[in-house]
Amino acid sequence: MSRLHDMGGRFGDGPVIPESPDAPVFAADWQARALAVTLACGALGQWNIDISRHARERLSPQDYTGFSYYQIWISALADLLVERGVLTEADLAGQEQEQDRDQGQADNPAHPLAARMLNAEAVAAVLAQGGPASRDSDQRPKFSLGQAVRCRHPADNCLVEGGHSRLPAYAAGARGYIFRLHGSHVLPDSNAHDLGEAPEPLYAVRFAARELWAHPEHRDDQVILDLWQSYLAPL
Amino acid sequence: MPHDHSDHPHALLPPEPALRVKALETILIRKGLIDPKALNEIIDTYQNKIGPQNGAQVVARAWSDAEFRAALLSDATAAVSDLGYFGRQGEHMVAVENTDAVHNMIVCTLCSCYPWPLLGIPPAWYKSDAYRARVVREPRRVLADFGVTLAAGTAVRVWDSTAEIRYLVIPMRPAGTEGLDLEALAALVSRDSMIGTALAQKPAQKPTQDPG
Repeated sequence: MSRLHDMGGRFGDGPVIPESPDAPVFAADWQARALAVTLACGALGQWNIDISRHARERLSPQDYTGFSYYQIWISALADLLVERGVLTEADLAGQEQEQDRDQGQADNPAHPLAARMLNAEAVAAVLAQGGPASRDSDQRPKFSLGQAVRCRHPADNCLVEGGHSRLPAYAAGARGYIFRLHGSHVLPDSNAHDLGEAPEPLYAVRFAARELWAHPEHRDDQVILDLWQSYLAPL
Repeated sequence: MPHDHSDHPHALLPPEPALRVKALETILIRKGLIDPKALNEIIDTYQNKIGPQNGAQVVARAWSDAEFRAALLSDATAAVSDLGYFGRQGEHMVAVENTDAVHNMIVCTLCSCYPWPLLGIPPAWYKSDAYRARVVREPRRVLADFGVTLAAGTAVRVWDSTAEIRYLVIPMRPAGTEGLDLEALAALVSRDSMIGTALAQKPAQKPTQDPG
């Protein structure tokens, strides 16, 4: 079974509400802080982008549904900081601070990761550098442009039960055609679980809307997904 | 499910969102793990420096310069890097061009992937459940929410950003824009037109001379 984040094709969500081009980038200051704290913590190097996506996806269904976008970010970040040993539950509960106060200590010994703190001067360079996901791979492309393929079914992560995957449930088992070759990229299903980057060929795969939906809007409509080689079988 | 918790650590923080962020920020600053000046720098970057004006420059150039357009369509990452647009969430770019036959739209149904160096931080609607859920299944009804109607013969191609490839839509150049310079063309290119939920704007009508 999938998780709530995998919502492509779901019914019942109501209208999309457009926004004025003049709307502020962040509707509230705390949202900007949530994004900035998340990016700054990423620079500590204790997780990768797939681990952080998975942390958001495995919030409880109740939290994922009830939280707004940046509430999801900040809550998953707090979970990750504890899981990766950067902070303790006592830190989050404010207990250590009270203890320090009781003992009259103003300063703690330096945190082992303090040397990795992102400085203001380094921000521009770090954001400009980004983190490419392309890698050399020993796996050769099995599929060529135009070739018919079928997505695996079910869409679950094959390596870890309940694990992270980027194959949406709506495409599971569907027939598509190789549309572009993107080279080899890090496999999220492995990388999200500290199992290594396991790079493999990545393709844009074209699906007819009428292959995916019982009631497509137009016979010629298409949906294109970026899918890794191990998500696909030849037809 | 090995990584699931019945009791997530985040529940130890205050539940109100602004207080939750403030509490975590305060703990991290106190531990020497984040620099408040770096946070301000990150916010300033995405609030003031990087935004859809970047993507609009790319589109205006693609409309005006056949050689650039060809380079953009064959290797967008290199072509936009040459204009100074690169970095986080734009490491692997692909540009897709609207035509009379195909209208392109971009989504990330699984989270909120978006080409930051060209368009900045995504608007709330792009990250909304309604857009993520609906656009792959009923793109024309979503377009109607934006007041856009396509010609009956135009197919919709929705790109679901499931990997680290980031997509930019090149909207069709409106009629009546011959002779406009890059700046005037870029002014016709909205953020939404580069996601595919709008068309490029038509140029303002030239005031007709009063014959009297």
